[in-house]
Amino acid sequence: MSAHKSRTRSISPASPASTGRRDAIKKTAAMGAAVVAGSLCFPAIVRAQADTIKIGHLTPRTGFLGQLGQYGLRATTLAIDEVNAAGGIMGRKVDLLAEDSVNPATAVTKAQKLIERDKVACLLGEINSASALAIGEVAGKARIVYINTGANSDALRGSNCNRYMFHVEGCNTMYTKTIGTWQKEQNLIKGAKWYFLTADYAFGHDLYKVSSRFLQENGGVILGNDLVPTNSPDYSAYILKIRNAKPDFVYICLAGVDQTTFLKQYKEYGLSFPLAGGVMDTIPFWAAGIDSLSGHWQSLWYHALTVPQSVAFTKKFIGQFGYPPDNQAWGDYVAAKILTQAIAEAKSTDSLKLVEYFEKGASFDILKARKGTFRKWDHQLLQEMYVVKVKDKAKMKDKWDIFDIVQAVPGTNQDLELIQPTQAENPCKMA
Amino acid sequence: MTALVIEQIINGLLVGAYYIVLALGLSMIFSLGGVVNLAHGAFYAVGAYFAYEIQKLTGFGGAVVLSPVCVALLGVGIERAFLQRFYREDPMLGLLFTFGLALTIEQSLRLIWGTTGLPFSIPDSLRGTLLVGDFIYSYYRLTVLGVSAVAVLGCWLLLNKTAFGMIVRAGTRDAEMVRALGISLRPALAAVFALGVGLAGLAGVMSGPLAGVQPAMGTEILTPTFVVVVIGGLGSFWGVVVAGLLVGVVRGVTVLFYPPAAEASMYILMILVLLFRPRGLMGERFEKFE
Repeated sequence: MSAHKSRTRSISPASPASTGRRDAIKKTAAMGAAVVAGSLCFPAIVRAQADTIKIGHLTPRTGFLGQLGQYGLRATTLAIDEVNAAGGIMGRKVDLLAEDSVNPATAVTKAQKLIERDKVACLLGEINSASALAIGEVAGKARIVYINTGANSDALRGSNCNRYMFHVEGCNTMYTKTIGTWQKEQNLIKGAKWYFLTADYAFGHDLYKVSSRFLQENGGVILGNDLVPTNSPDYSAYILKIRNAKPDFVYICLAGVDQTTFLKQYKEYGLSFPLAGGVMDTIPFWAAGIDSLSGHWQSLWYHALTVPQSVAFTKKFIGQFGYPPDNQAWGDYVAAKILTQAIAEAKSTDSLKLVEYFEKGASFDILKARKGTFRKWDHQLLQEMYVVKVKDKAKMKDKWDIFDIVQAVPGTNQDLELIQPTQAENPCKMA
Repeated sequence: MTALVIEQIINGLLVGAYYIVLALGLSMIFSLGGVVNLAHGAFYAVGAYFAYEIQKLTGFGGAVVLSPVCVALLGVGIERAFLQRFYREDPMLGLLFTFGLALTIEQSLRLIWGTTGLPFSIPDSLRGTLLVGDFIYSYYRLTVLGVSAVAVLGCWLLLNKTAFGMIVRAGTRDAEMVRALGISLRPALAAVFALGVGLAGLAGVMSGPLAGVQPAMGTEILTPTFVVVVIGGLGSFWGVVVAGLLVGVVRGVTVLFYPPAAEASMYILMILVLLFRPRGLMGERFEKFE
């Protein structure tokens, strides 16, 4: 227990920033001393501070997405520590400034603070689509590169896209088409009746739109769609409605704690209609526990992936924190690595040079079998996703071992564009 | 259609039962001590976390009994050490203290058990569903209803059929007169606080397998609990019971007809009740709160 406590404390909200700051202070002091000894020149302190590369991290660490946010921040810290241990970028240390973005309004304030007061070179993070939209707008106006690591809404890549915003997280369409492609192959969609439960905010509405479209295009029938307020403690009333509607499948467009609560209570009533969903985050599934899970789901990244870089990342994360990383940790880790690689190769923190570097089609090691590149017209990271199957309880190695990876989507020989929204489906005009 | 509505109403009564257990504790602490316990949700969360640990050793049955007792003991400790200083002060101080306490408890839960939710499943013996005609009930929820009913009945008997209850009821109406009669309210205040947070802990234990165990669970449940107390009327035992059931039923029927308004339904109900009965459904006139 004490080991766990100290672990938790070491990644408590203030520490990554303060560790970074502590390093900066030490470095400043050392340089200051050296310079004073040499020539008694004052501006040394100013120069020493400008000498670190500041990266701002924003993500909700409290509220219904807070659990995911904590993992994201831990992984970012891990990535930045690795970069600094390897000597930083162009000989400069990277300083991570992390803030809890809570909700869209707070996200805006904190993004402005990071840009204007702390003068960060770039921003990364976020999970909540509404907050990511707000940060994207602030960053776009200030002409600062922002990498979205966890917000799914298609609109962020479409009608709300901008030149300085990039997306490591998969968009809703990618999640929908990943599981949809598999369902189609298994002949589960045509003529089947689907009942939807949709989270009543930007993300849920967007996800419902793209998933119902995909199902209907492939011959599925939408039986009903109930909008659910976030943070609902009780789903029994909805489950009774589903029971009376007698669908072939239940499709949930929920996220975070809401996913956990629904999975548990759906299992409680033991209805026979199989579950599917528009997104799958590992953390809510871990929290629901294996007894509440069933069926096939889609995953952006899962820690049982056997790609060597992925195995190494998982091992390192477990070594540091004592439990495996989830898909949000992957997103923030990969985004931090992409950003630092870009700064190193563009040899600049200048936003326009970074945007050019990304748009030129630079490829990145994203801990998957295939490398990732940003799609030029909407800045979405092109990448493979996975269909996973809930594991047989008897074969679980530990409580985190809940899935078997069934296959990568698109398949090894298929184009990565297969699961992407087309330009017609999600048009983006960058200013 | 009628069958659907009846099904939702009965289900709403089940959901309401668990609100009652929470709201009853809050109402009792406020009535006697005059303290608005903003940490009530935090004690509810602590109850769930304690249950998560205790059930590993004793099974779920043991957790239902032991966890609320542990929460009550924790409550007494906090009441003796801090809260008792605020009874005679400006109510604002007690409010601020419990607000700080809620934050402290929630962060402590994060430090000890981590930020992510803990898997806490329905015990195997209570899994499954009961079919009555075409209506479906989960055994677990029926158990929750039974436990809630016992808790409510127990509280009523305690308050109305014992000497202790008489002191509490008298103290609620006129604390000064009770003191003038030579009865110290201190032990009663501590006992009521323990009982109140113990009930919150019990609700936490019961909700763990349904809604999961995570640090923010207390904050999320606090507002609906206050709403139930306000609808029922401060200081009214049966008011809270009726309000809890009403909130559950109204929510269920709203989900049936217009799901987006499900969470808003209890607030609309509160507004309507307060428009016509400013002291709540069964609220009485209390000199000290006017």
